[in-house]
Amino acid sequence: MSNNSPHITDYKVLAKVLLVLMFLTFVTIEITSIDLAAFTVTIALLVAGIKSFLVLSYFMHLKYENLLLKILVTMVFVLFIIIVLITFIDYSFR
Amino acid sequence: MSEKHTHIEHRDDEASKLGMWLFIFTELLLFGGLFLVYSIFRSQYPTSFHEGSLELNVTIGALNTMVLLVSSMTIAMAITAIQKKNKKLTLILIGITLFLAFVFLVNKYFEWGAKFHHGLYPGSDLMELLDRGHHLYFSLYFFMTGLHALHIIVGMILLIITYVKVKNESIKHDHFVFLENGALYWHLVDLIWIFLFPLMYLIS
Repeated sequence: MSNNSPHITDYKVLAKVLLVLMFLTFVTIEITSIDLAAFTVTIALLVAGIKSFLVLSYFMHLKYENLLLKILVTMVFVLFIIIVLITFIDYSFR
Repeated sequence: MSEKHTHIEHRDDEASKLGMWLFIFTELLLFGGLFLVYSIFRSQYPTSFHEGSLELNVTIGALNTMVLLVSSMTIAMAITAIQKKNKKLTLILIGITLFLAFVFLVNKYFEWGAKFHHGLYPGSDLMELLDRGHHLYFSLYFFMTGLHALHIIVGMILLIITYVKVKNESIKHDHFVFLENGALYWHLVDLIWIFLFPLMYLIS
């Protein structure tokens, strides 16, 4: 659209995001090496979720896109979570 | 129509980006389906999946994670560079991204090579001897990382086309949606690996 001036992401912002992503990768490796039983999966998926949020927002410029796109992307992830939940409910009650 | 008409370039960058995103949604759901299969079988064969993941080399996996994260940043920086009319830097950054993609594939080659060397590959005699849980784990491992590696190769082809287009100036500071879409595809590859790495290599 012509009404929004193109946003230029600063090199420094991208570099900082990379550092955070590297740090979170390190955190995942460290945390999964200690035995936290059922929490390991939860924490690993939570960290992966934060990492993908950062990639989507900054690297994929979603933060600076219009609302339509933001809603669409969110809906895809919501749809996937619903599919997973329904499948697991199905499996645990048969 | 009238004889005289001035040529006005018709383009809608917003629409082409939306189109790319719609394609990315289909890709996310394709891998989403595979992650769903993984989670179901993981919940049914927890010990086999645990033992299976211990067979994987975490160091190579972690290294490849770093490689993909850095390449994701360099291609994002390439967009900043083209917006700042810095053609040379754009080319360098796309070049670095391509090099890192190649490094990823080389690592994958050695990783898969070691598995093949031990007789572990889809359809091998060893695979047939494994119990159901292990068989499922390694089948999913080869299929998901294989499909991901295929996406890396497609991404590389896209980036090579982008590189050529930047070089001959059909991608410029005021017209770079092709670069943006190529970069989106590359980030998708990174995004999938963000989930693939902990699920395949770490959670055990």
